[in-house]
Amino acid sequence: MTDATMDISSRAFRPGTSDAEIEAAAAKAARHRRRTVMFWRVAILVAFLVLWEFAARLAWIDPFFYAMPSAIALRLYEWTTEGTSEGPLWYHLYVTMEESVIGFVTGSVAGIIIGVALGRNRMAADIFSIYIKVINSIPRVVLAPIFIMILGLGLASKVALAFVMVFFVVFHNAFQGVREADRAMIANARILGASNWQLTRSVIVPSAMSWIFASLHVSFGFAIIGAIVGEFVGSRYGIGLLINIAKGSFDAAGMYAAIVIVMVVALGAEYLMTMVEDRLAKWRPQPLHETQ
Amino acid sequence: MAHEKTTPAIELINVSRRFLSPTGKSLTALRDFTMTVERGEFVAVVGPTGCGKSTTLNLITGLASPSAGEVRVMGGPVKGIDPRIGFVFQTDALFPWRTVIENVMAGPLFRGKPRPQAQASARDWLARVGLSRFEQHYPHQLSGGMRKRVALAQTFINGPEILLMDEPFSSLDVQTRVLMHEELLRLWSEARASVVFVTHDLEEAIALADKVYVLTAGPATVKSVYTIDLPRPRVVADIRYEQSFIDYSRTIWADLKEEVETSYARAAA
Repeated sequence: MTDATMDISSRAFRPGTSDAEIEAAAAKAARHRRRTVMFWRVAILVAFLVLWEFAARLAWIDPFFYAMPSAIALRLYEWTTEGTSEGPLWYHLYVTMEESVIGFVTGSVAGIIIGVALGRNRMAADIFSIYIKVINSIPRVVLAPIFIMILGLGLASKVALAFVMVFFVVFHNAFQGVREADRAMIANARILGASNWQLTRSVIVPSAMSWIFASLHVSFGFAIIGAIVGEFVGSRYGIGLLINIAKGSFDAAGMYAAIVIVMVVALGAEYLMTMVEDRLAKWRPQPLHETQ
Repeated sequence: MAHEKTTPAIELINVSRRFLSPTGKSLTALRDFTMTVERGEFVAVVGPTGCGKSTTLNLITGLASPSAGEVRVMGGPVKGIDPRIGFVFQTDALFPWRTVIENVMAGPLFRGKPRPQAQASARDWLARVGLSRFEQHYPHQLSGGMRKRVALAQTFINGPEILLMDEPFSSLDVQTRVLMHEELLRLWSEARASVVFVTHDLEEAIALADKVYVLTAGPATVKSVYTIDLPRPRVVADIRYEQSFIDYSRTIWADLKEEVETSYARAAA
């Protein structure tokens, strides 16, 4: 949209064109551009699905492995109306979401608190950074069997896995955000009379917030990964279990259907997060076309 | 009590300041630096770029401590950050996530004033700098000159007895700058604070100050001190065309030029 307004303002108008006309032309161009973008987005999706469907039906690809869109849609329909072989779909989705959300919330809160604390304390940061590096070098998914052994097949093991997936990402960004806080701004707050705690709360954390939010965007996806990998390794419910069972019975459509569900949920979460961020970050400069 | 009033606002006595470069080498920013600022006096400090002008201010705030010598504020040694000090920064040091009024309220709130009182006081100060209409704006929505006025209100609201300014107007265009000079002199004449104004702009220094300190190329020490005997109140926009102003300018510049050239030659070498 920015480009569209740029285009129109850089275009030469004949002398005597009124502001209203220019604005109308700009609005029209912006609408036109939005429609074009939307058209191509939909067109590419449709083309992809149609190609997939035909390729499978004409046996260019083996539908046994690659399924086809119609079969996936049918499976989704069955799951939502009749439930899965393991019980209602909604319950599985609920379990996976519960694990992801708890892991996400606890992981990000812990990440922010410890990130800010170490960011503010150079000595502690120097001491602990080596341990954090060591633990961070472990690929998180290998912890899944350990957590399941210790915490059992239920909620706790998946939450723990989602937690470790989220924690390090948020921790790193919070830490970096604190370190990047503007020196003049900190000096200003101190001279204005801020105590250490006031400084942390009303200067350091707000200025690290854009860093923290950048990590929250990716880390909900990570929380879902944690939950699902945990469910693969051992569980009684959850989307990960559905995928596992579909795999065991060579049900390609079932696997893709589960992927579609996770995709939709992750997109929804991303959308929510963007909304919250926009609300919190209303102080940030907006591109010109939005303020006008 | 009577003698307390007569002690200078700021004294730097044979102060040196060294700091370590990232490679571990010791660098000297200030050496044998002596300066006295009387109460209510407006002192400007000029010197070549990067000579250590800002370091003097950090020593007075207590954000940095001297390697040798003594810094006294209001007759007492500097221990930590003194609440009687206000500081206006060169760069934008406003809090971008707070509205204009919340920025101005920050000082009183940090110092434990109740919110309604802080708010009333902030309104008052915004009116004095002519920004009442912009209370609910965010800093990014204001022009550079307006942001500086917010910064002035944010500093003055704490009622500082000592005001330190580190090239505060260097990022503004010439016209806005003259307006800000007028604004500053007006606020200063009401508050009667002692001011140390660091700048590399000699004309700005002469137009504003009672005394101009010329520093040598780094490590900085005082090269000479000039008393500017121009009548107050001054009209900054016009004063630069007066003969006495031009004479001061010429004399001090001859002095400063040597240092600027030394500093330039060193940088080029």
